Amino acid sequence: MADPFYRAAEEGALRVEPLGDLTAIFDRRSMQTHLVTQPMPEILAALAAGPCDAATLAARLADRFDLDGEGDAAAILSERLDELAAMGLVERA
Amino acid sequence: MRHRTRIEVGPVQFRIGSDWAAPIAALDRLYAGYPRDRDRPADATVRLFAARPWRRWLRPSVHIGGDYIVPDALPLPLSMGLLAAEMGMNLQVALGWRRHLLFHASAVAKDGRAVIVSGESGSGKSTLAALLGEGGWRLMGDEFTLVDPGSGDALAFPRAVSLKNEAIAEVAARVGPERLGPLLAGTPKGDIRHLIPRADAIAAMHEPVRPALLLFPRFGGAPAIERLGEGEAFVRLTEASTNYVTLGEAGFAALSRFVRETPAFTISYPDSARGMAIVEQLWAEAVR
Repeated sequence: MADPFYRAAEEGALRVEPLGDLTAIFDRRSMQTHLVTQPMPEILAALAAGPCDAATLAARLADRFDLDGEGDAAAILSERLDELAAMGLVERA
Repeated sequence: MRHRTRIEVGPVQFRIGSDWAAPIAALDRLYAGYPRDRDRPADATVRLFAARPWRRWLRPSVHIGGDYIVPDALPLPLSMGLLAAEMGMNLQVALGWRRHLLFHASAVAKDGRAVIVSGESGSGKSTLAALLGEGGWRLMGDEFTLVDPGSGDALAFPRAVSLKNEAIAEVAARVGPERLGPLLAGTPKGDIRHLIPRADAIAAMHEPVRPALLLFPRFGGAPAIERLGEGEAFVRLTEASTNYVTLGEAGFAALSRFVRETPAFTISYPDSARGMAIVEQLWAEAVR
């Protein structure tokens, strides 16, 4: 089975406020507040460039993060994408 | 209802009705120095009523009602009518207020800047605020602090301070008897006695104040101060707010701004004197 693609929430759906080590995200659709840590805000930002799978996302994030030596970056990102999807912050494309 | 009064505490105009004269008389005494504007529509209604008509005389017990009710709240004996009124007022504000972000927090102000002290019952927030309010500080409130979503300013809610147990003697030693309400002994919350805020605090109750410091106190243990990150302060304040969820994005925006602009600390202190010293120390650093 091919890796799933994920897409960011439509523009304007989320309000993101960095608060030190945490980032608060207000979802205007559900009116829910989510508090997340790295790398969630970075994933959301990278996903805004267009829907992609975990491997493509890893490539996009590689520019900003040292993903080598962290094990399989795509596998880790795949788990995080699943969690973001469960929170309703990203969708399976 | 047979007996009624109006009380204005900060931005909230209460209409209070009672089946009995005594709770209204006690409220009118506590709030005699507060502004009265009977033409202004009430924001919140509190009703103290007898469950059955004959219960007004026979072992009278006070039920609390109003715009919002807690169905399983126990009725209180009439001797605790003042406590029933206070609980009713708190309930209406906690559940009904929408104009400001509301925190369970006490607050004091000096030089136009506020120290906001958020904590559960027993954390000492009320006693600290009451004692600071007898010193060089303006008491803004012992129970609720409101934050204006537009300006980010803190607004006072200086109801009569609800002193509990050991705090009663501590404060009574500093103020005249005319500033204290009757002793309500053996209530479900222990002994309670109300302190009427100083006249200058009541006169200034409509003046907004810029938040300078946010504290989460813990009474007991060695003196300690720990800086809190913005994110953790955010989480704690969502828990301390009764209307954060209801306000939606306005609440989110106000709270994000608040924790970003206001340095936050947890503090521990073994007694009031040391608690007040810690507040003064952190205040001096925050406004420097």
